[in-house]
Amino acid sequence: MKPLLKIDNLKVHFPIKKGLLSKIVGYVHAVDGISFELMPGETLGIVGESGCGKTTAGMAAMHLTPPTQGNVFWKGKDLGAMSPAQLRSLRGEMQLIFQDPYSSLNPRMTIGQILSDPMDIHNRYTGSKRAERLDFLMETVGLSPGLTHRYPHEFSGGQRQRIGIARALALDPSLIIGDEPVSALDVSIQAQIINLLIKLKNEFNLSLIIISHDLAVVEYICDRILVMYLGKIIETADYASLYKDPKHPYTKTLLSAIPVPDPLRKRNRIILEGDVPSPINPPTGCRFHTRCPDRMDICEREEPKMKGFGANHAAACHLYETV
Amino acid sequence: MGETSNECILSIKNLKTHFFSREGVAKAVDGVSFKLFPGEILGIVGESGCGKSVTAQSIMQLVPEPPGKIVGGEILFHNRDLLTLPPQEIRRIRGAGIAMIFQEPMTSLNPVFTIGNQISEMFRLHKGFGKKQALAAAIEMLDRVQIPSPDKRVHEYPHQLSGGMRQRAMIAMAMSCDPEILIADEPTTALDVTVQAQVLDLMLRLKQDFSTAIQLITHDLGVIAEMADRVVVMYAGQVVEQASTIELFKQTLHPYTLGLLNSIPVLGSRAAGNAGELTEIKGMIPSLYNLPHGCKFSNRCPDRMNICEREEPQLTRAGENHRVRCWLHTKT
Repeated sequence: MKPLLKIDNLKVHFPIKKGLLSKIVGYVHAVDGISFELMPGETLGIVGESGCGKTTAGMAAMHLTPPTQGNVFWKGKDLGAMSPAQLRSLRGEMQLIFQDPYSSLNPRMTIGQILSDPMDIHNRYTGSKRAERLDFLMETVGLSPGLTHRYPHEFSGGQRQRIGIARALALDPSLIIGDEPVSALDVSIQAQIINLLIKLKNEFNLSLIIISHDLAVVEYICDRILVMYLGKIIETADYASLYKDPKHPYTKTLLSAIPVPDPLRKRNRIILEGDVPSPINPPTGCRFHTRCPDRMDICEREEPKMKGFGANHAAACHLYETV
Repeated sequence: MGETSNECILSIKNLKTHFFSREGVAKAVDGVSFKLFPGEILGIVGESGCGKSVTAQSIMQLVPEPPGKIVGGEILFHNRDLLTLPPQEIRRIRGAGIAMIFQEPMTSLNPVFTIGNQISEMFRLHKGFGKKQALAAAIEMLDRVQIPSPDKRVHEYPHQLSGGMRQRAMIAMAMSCDPEILIADEPTTALDVTVQAQVLDLMLRLKQDFSTAIQLITHDLGVIAEMADRVVVMYAGQVVEQASTIELFKQTLHPYTLGLLNSIPVLGSRAAGNAGELTEIKGMIPSLYNLPHGCKFSNRCPDRMNICEREEPQLTRAGENHRVRCWLHTKT
């Protein structure tokens, strides 16, 4: 099987401008050389803390943020070599769901208009087919079709997120990227949206990329998970081995830091020192060395390479390179 | 009742805080009662709009009036009703007796004053310290909350600190007058998990050092399980269940609490091969202007009976320290 999406050594650097002449004084290394593949029908999770570059990675994968370096291949075709018009028509196949269901829907448009917008742009489901399509989309996400003339403010947060999902489905995409799709929702509503995403994925044979800081949510939905830290992928594994046998000290810390809703579970919390360093001047060598509990001399000097542990598990850490 | 009322430091009895607007009366807190004992961590859990924050604001008497108003009940702090005390007395208790920290440390710190200035204000107002003495005390507090090089940080402004550091500064300010009670309203919700772990760890340590009672308000059942000794679950302005943490998680009684517990993915359970489907709570949180009749949860409850829509259940005893507001567990 060929990958649907292939990311090769992708870098996104944002210039920092200062002064009257907007002189470039430095770069934010948001994404700094990541590579991964996404198979058709696969659900991939990207996790990490704020500023690790997970959202930028998702945006760059769709060329919504132009990469500074590196390539994105969609079904073997290089997105960087495409004209804006070609890119636009391709984006129908890859759609986004956003975190905040309040700000991602235009308050002056009815739900019907919001859902029609992508179909108008791409000239799909025109004429008499449109009404039928709107009904279908509403029912698919669990909303009553009679509500299409209403405005976003008449809906609750969970319902708005359903509308956002319906909009993403409008053009029959093969990939949906969800950027923190459930983070802004209440606990009881979160489960509804998670179940809906899993149902849609199976029903429409979608590939999903779920970007989230919540490892429990990602474990529940995703087949494979990438862990990012300061613009780099530091570990990748299928969900079972990542949770049972994490390799990178950062992954271990992250897993141990998450409060588990079971008062009897034994905890072995690893408490890190300090905060995530600034991506403007990321640390040399291994980017995690400033906070790592297992730091060695080599970590400051040399950047570790990805090392495989079986077919579906790899981590970048010097601990596993020493002989 | 099993608990002796005279040893508790804070006792809330039938508190009612309502908001009056053109759309009607929103009963944000509608008859809430609970007690806080010395040195314990009491978790208050619920979703948005359940009244957990308004309860805390009522204790501190920070409810914006109008539109809000405490229309009934008692808040007994060492057996004195805070609702009947004059403003000067309340001001003395706020900070020195009961302190509070908030979710978003950026908006609760004043951006135009240094953190040293803001922390030493506590010492000057409540303890009558001079300027120099207060600054030295502020540096000591920053050290206690593990802010690195506190003698330099004390002269920095809130925007120069990271999110985790700001929350530490807030905690330093709250703890500076050695309060008996710390109310923490979603203290780690805006923080990253590794930073959340640091702050939770710090709170546990301070609780031991200062033997402060903590009222921890959160929507995160994971944080509750790790931190709290006892838990109060709120829904639509009322307490629906109250128990020790272990009992609440292991012998859950109220269908809403059970729904909450079954609707969150538990870390590691799918990898261990025992993740069932997430059970969702049907429907949505009702508007406070339009609450269902009878039990407030009746329109979403999987175990609804006829009586639930007609009559409101009372908070009844279901064990040594376990209370629940549900007809399923009320003998009629």
